[in-house]
Amino acid sequence: MKLKIGIYWGAACGGCDVAILDTHEKLLEIADKADIYLWPLATDFKYSDVRAMKDGSLDAVLFSGGVRNSENEEIAKLLREKAKVMIALGACAQGGGVPGLANMYTREEIMRRAYIESESTDNKEGVVPLERSTAGPGYDLELPRLYNTVKTLSQVVDVDYTIPGCPPASLQIYSALGLVWDDMLPKKGAVIGAGDRALCEECPRKKSEKTITHIYRTHEKLPDAETCFLEQGFICLGVATRAGCGSRCIKSWTPCRGCYGPLDDVADQGIKMLGALASVIEPKEEAAINAVLDSVVDPLRTFHRFSLASSILRRRKE
Amino acid sequence: MTFEPKIVGFLCNWCTYTGADLAGTARVKYSPNVRSIRVMCSGRVDPVFVIKALYEGADGVLIGGCHPGDCHYLEGNYKALRRYLLLRRILPEYGIEPERIRLEWVSASEGERFGHVVDEFTEEIRKLGPLRIKESLFESMKGDLVHHDEERSAQTGEAR
Repeated sequence: MKLKIGIYWGAACGGCDVAILDTHEKLLEIADKADIYLWPLATDFKYSDVRAMKDGSLDAVLFSGGVRNSENEEIAKLLREKAKVMIALGACAQGGGVPGLANMYTREEIMRRAYIESESTDNKEGVVPLERSTAGPGYDLELPRLYNTVKTLSQVVDVDYTIPGCPPASLQIYSALGLVWDDMLPKKGAVIGAGDRALCEECPRKKSEKTITHIYRTHEKLPDAETCFLEQGFICLGVATRAGCGSRCIKSWTPCRGCYGPLDDVADQGIKMLGALASVIEPKEEAAINAVLDSVVDPLRTFHRFSLASSILRRRKE
Repeated sequence: MTFEPKIVGFLCNWCTYTGADLAGTARVKYSPNVRSIRVMCSGRVDPVFVIKALYEGADGVLIGGCHPGDCHYLEGNYKALRRYLLLRRILPEYGIEPERIRLEWVSASEGERFGHVVDEFTEEIRKLGPLRIKESLFESMKGDLVHHDEERSAQTGEAR
């Protein structure tokens, strides 16, 4: 019997959906094995159709994106009811992703910046989107509420499995779906479609003793072809990041930014990276250490680029 | 109720913890606000421990290690210093005063000094007041997911 699956996006860019499409001809195989009942990016559907389904009638739901507004949350909860297996797809669903960095600001600050202050905005009257408009008779219109705090999928509903990555490697999505139709899913809560070691273990670059005396951003220096990026002074999150991406950034001469998320049992990927980076800085005296640290631009967002919403502190305190 | 700072202390086995022990046997009087956790080396203190302590309700975190040059494992205290300095830089972005974490070198023979450090740090945290991270996180999410239906029924007095 054909499986029934749903694919949905919350606070995401759509890159995860594109990664599914990027399975190329294997997409036909997916369509052979499963009927897609819901996929906003690619198919026509109505929420009412989903509501009409029996609970648990979808064999699996791939949910990409974090939960950043009331629509995301409502649909996440709806799909959880309809899905036998809920899979968080991609860095945003897993750790908030780049949209999760909004947790460094409040909702009001974001609305003001986006609709009033930004350089390209011409909005002298200060018009901002209303959540509800009843202008005129017979009108009662709603927009979803933008949240103050971006949440990961698992902070809102029970998540069975996670496929990490920004975006997840297409073949990894395909192989993870294989686990669903072959009924080979591991223990609940597992990360699927990825490795269980740090990226460093797969990285082809040469590694030796690390002693950093200056941190470079990628545009400031050309890395050499063979040596570990961290040894050359580039912040590479490979030490604190799960393998499974196929070292795609590393092979393109780009240090890891951490999109595959933390390893098992790591409570906070960003703070782990902070600890790792600080421990390989060479100087021992406070002033000299601080001189090196001055070259770390925006450490918090660099370490937590994809994982702020799932980190221990989760947001800026007000 | 007056505010009593909760401080978590990660103290190195060879110096600061032994120093704290000496403070005890020498009957040094000092503030009872530090909950000591013995670690083998200040270099073992993962910054995640510090963040976790703050999240779980500590108002301040004290890390104690051997004086420079005296580390039992040669370089652990330098690692601790670097991590501490980097951690201090990101705390303000989280809205946390960097003064809430402190790194001190206290040797095994400095029982008296351990008492002074704890007294001084406790008073500093007392001035800063309670941190309440978890509480403020939940407060920040209070306005999320307010159903329009609920707002509407609150306005009209109708049931949903």
